[in-house]
Amino acid sequence: MPAQAAGGAEFQLKTRVMGPDEIRRALIRISHEIVEGNKGSEDLVIVGIRTRGAPLADRVANTIASFEGVDLPSGALDVSLYRDDVALRGPRNLEATTVPGDLDGKIVVLVDDVLYTGRTIRAAFDAVLDMGRPKAIRLAVLVDRGHRELPIRADHVGKNLPTASEEVVKVHVEELDGEDAVLIGEFK
Amino acid sequence: MSMLKHLLSMDQLGAGEITRILDTAESLRQVTDRPIKKLPTLRGRTVCNLFYEASTRTRISFELAAKRLSADVINFSADAKSSVSKGESFKDTAWTLEAMGVDAIIVRHGSSGAPHQLARWVKASVLNAGDGFHEHPTQALLDLFSIRERFKDLEDLHVAIVGDIVHSRVARSNVKGLVTMGAKVTLVGPATLIPAQAKDWGATIEHDLDAVIEDVDVCYLLRVQKERQNEQLYPSDREYSILWGLDRRRASRMKPEALVMHPGPMNRGVEIAADVSESQRSIVLDQVANGLAVRMSLLYLMLGKPEDGVDVGASV
Repeated sequence: MPAQAAGGAEFQLKTRVMGPDEIRRALIRISHEIVEGNKGSEDLVIVGIRTRGAPLADRVANTIASFEGVDLPSGALDVSLYRDDVALRGPRNLEATTVPGDLDGKIVVLVDDVLYTGRTIRAAFDAVLDMGRPKAIRLAVLVDRGHRELPIRADHVGKNLPTASEEVVKVHVEELDGEDAVLIGEFK
Repeated sequence: MSMLKHLLSMDQLGAGEITRILDTAESLRQVTDRPIKKLPTLRGRTVCNLFYEASTRTRISFELAAKRLSADVINFSADAKSSVSKGESFKDTAWTLEAMGVDAIIVRHGSSGAPHQLARWVKASVLNAGDGFHEHPTQALLDLFSIRERFKDLEDLHVAIVGDIVHSRVARSNVKGLVTMGAKVTLVGPATLIPAQAKDWGATIEHDLDAVIEDVDVCYLLRVQKERQNEQLYPSDREYSILWGLDRRRASRMKPEALVMHPGPMNRGVEIAADVSESQRSIVLDQVANGLAVRMSLLYLMLGKPEDGVDVGASV
């Protein structure tokens, strides 16, 4: 999630890439893919990476729960304390980490809004592994914008979005921003 | 909000900063309930405990807080085995630590203002762990955290701080923090143990504990400093206990949800009766546990900051 750039530059919108319908359909498809890949919903734990992965994880979990007719737990992960850039960027405000039950032997599906360098996901791996020993960790993202700095790839992608590295991808979610949208812009 | 470089006094902290420190501590408190309690956040950073006065809980709490965040910890006690016994000055000790590249110095010193002096000499962050009769800000923050944990909001709570106010750095820091957060504070004790200038602290002064005991939400008892007994500031332990001690009879008059707190170490039977210290009202052990989370929060917020001159334009 790109925060505001240094020096107080402002986000200037270039394109609205996804709207509420596209996001809804992408999350439904991802939900089906997760269950198909896992051959059912058994042992699944859906965990969103804060901030905007958390509401997306709730939606995915609810979608799977409704079409599979099961109770599916979802959680939220704050990875700030595991980031490799604490000394570079300074402390972030922490939010609660809530993970349903024991992760040992579970299939943990991490959900995030944007996959970019892969560093957030790397931090999330460490955070999850400090809480238990899952059987597997999978990754679902709404948008993959490329420019990876670590050898990480997503198992489930809502939309592949080729971008230039000076561009900024913003995801808005109804729960936090009052609308569902994927935006491309630049800080100027 | 920019974060602090040093934590020397509660005067530095407004309500917004205190809230941020306590909120961060709340997230970190969760980690202490997990099987793996260590976080990699401050890997490669070094924290030094520089203690010129005896301390058990504060030093151990800071040491554990730093270790939980993966910082390296050096303990320096100015005792018979240290360079201080060979006559090394405070300044030379500070520069020696600086030359070894420590990122933070936690300092306890018998002289008021010693941490301020240290902060002028070194580039590292300085955290005051108690200086003379002046302040003990991390104790105040963990007390605020412990009260907020029970009452959710500090605004308009009535807190009585009872005992030796004049020699208490805990009282000074707590009054500042509580007043900043909107609580109502009453200082209770014999006239000899309440400083003349206390009326300017924003607190009410009362000499009769029985006059306020039924109204308070928190009864905060200070340690009777037995080492000062020969100064004749109060007649005897027995008389102190009768007039300003919290025994079962007095505690039974408190509001049902009211709390009893003590910064430790306790003199059971003097300022607090043994059964009161172990009663439902007492959150003495919560204070200790919360101290760890609050100190982790401070180390994270103070050390997890961009170094001077480092480019902050890193990718997300």
